[in-house]
Amino acid sequence: MTCLPSQSGKKLGLVIDLDTCVGCQACVTACKEWNTGGHMAPLTDIDPYGGHVDGVWFNRVHAYEHTTEMGGRTVNFPRSCLHCETPACVTVCPTGASYKRASDGIVLIDEDKCIGCKLCSWACPYGAREFDTDVGVMKKCTLCVDRIYNDNLAEEDRVPACVAACPTSARHFGDLGDPLSAVSQLVAERGGVDLMPELGYRPTNKYLPPRAHSKRAASVAAPALEPVRAEGGFLGWVDRMLSN
Amino acid sequence: MHPAFSVVFFTTATGAGYGLLALLGMFGGFQIIPPDFWLGLVGMGLALGLIVAGLLSSTGHLGRPERAWRAFSQWRSSWLSREGVASVITFIPAGLFGIGWVFLGRIDGWVGIAGFLAAIGAVVTVCTTGMIYASLKPIAQWHSHFTLPGYLIFSTMTGSVLLNALLQGFALGSKVQLAACLLLTLFGWSWKVATWRYNDRLEISTTANTATGLAGGTVRSLEWPHTEENYLLKEMGFRIARKHGARLRQITQLLAFALPLGLLAIVFALPWPLAALLSVLAAAIQFAGMLVERWLFFAEAKHTVTLYYGR
Repeated sequence: MTCLPSQSGKKLGLVIDLDTCVGCQACVTACKEWNTGGHMAPLTDIDPYGGHVDGVWFNRVHAYEHTTEMGGRTVNFPRSCLHCETPACVTVCPTGASYKRASDGIVLIDEDKCIGCKLCSWACPYGAREFDTDVGVMKKCTLCVDRIYNDNLAEEDRVPACVAACPTSARHFGDLGDPLSAVSQLVAERGGVDLMPELGYRPTNKYLPPRAHSKRAASVAAPALEPVRAEGGFLGWVDRMLSN
Repeated sequence: MHPAFSVVFFTTATGAGYGLLALLGMFGGFQIIPPDFWLGLVGMGLALGLIVAGLLSSTGHLGRPERAWRAFSQWRSSWLSREGVASVITFIPAGLFGIGWVFLGRIDGWVGIAGFLAAIGAVVTVCTTGMIYASLKPIAQWHSHFTLPGYLIFSTMTGSVLLNALLQGFALGSKVQLAACLLLTLFGWSWKVATWRYNDRLEISTTANTATGLAGGTVRSLEWPHTEENYLLKEMGFRIARKHGARLRQITQLLAFALPLGLLAIVFALPWPLAALLSVLAAAIQFAGMLVERWLFFAEAKHTVTLYYGR
């Protein structure tokens, strides 16, 4: 049923720290590696070694230059499904293939019911859904539903692959429906934001904006390094003359 | 948005087909048109032929067309599902109306009622088609008050011009029908121009700032996550050059509105069969023009995901 279920209050999702993300693409690779054998497998690659590489990815990292009166900065920006509270991708689905789980709020696709009409990808403002032209169905982030409840994994590994892979701890996983959870407190502390709040999809995932420029940082760059050894020959002579 | 030909043809053909079906059903119900065998056969054949061709074309857009039957299940939430259900239900009164008219030679009694029901079904189906687009918030050009009326107006307009061609062909044309075609085409033209003006001045509140959550200043895309175009850019990042857009709008206005208006105005003064010839020509040119219009409807629509790519 593509009508949205009444929720249990549990809202599993990600909190992504734009301050510490270094854009290393480890989460992208880990996501692809896990999920091409996971719940929505395969994550088809088309012409992977050719000139027109294409394929399905659940997580993509952009880089932006954010310029304000305080100056400019590079912001690495991971983009994946936000597991919205009112996901239009689910309600527009004509077959019931798209659904939102009542128990934890994860938005999933039943591949066996998907007719590949692509309407859900039109309805998602965030570009979270990607069509698999090889299989003919839509695919999307599962929040690693096959990891987070997986008893075969060690408890510390029961997090989405992208979270496990992040070397700078820029990705956090938890229950955003519980105001006392670590992720909810992190969002409150750092002023986490929704993407495109004006569209009213009410995303579960939150983004932590980059921290403000610090006053404690050195205001002037360190002086340039001196050459270790004096230059010899004619140029060395010119250098010595001009230095006097 | 990528203008897939299967969907462009689907909405144009079913729009014209349901428009014609609605008018045939209504005029049949009120017994304004004679229950002539050939008129019924050609008219209902044309209407249902356009609808069936359009619906079949739409399945060409699907990744797994063999599962299309599943699309009838989620009518509680999905406009696409509602469209599927409405289109199939409409076939029942439309089929009865066609059988009564063509094979029983009558459009009174239950056949007339079936005609009315088919007309209602046709209008409902066109509404559901319009709502598929009008309900999509990420595409501001579609999520507007112009979209749903546009689908209804163009369906009535093309259906009416087709009906005129049909009636003129059987030497049953009337000045009233011609005048209706002219007025509807003028109305359609004004609606399209108004829609374009609205879209050109649209101030979209969703920006690269709100898309990334980075408040204030400017957000410029430095680097894409991938070097080649992916599904998102192929499907949602379709762009046409501004100069082609302007040229295509001129072609739309010429083919869909100006030329049919001119031809139909001349028909007023022509005897049969010249009147029939020009009427058919007007309908064919208008259909071609509406294909261009529908292509532009997709090509000029901008999806919010393009903001992530700095487009």
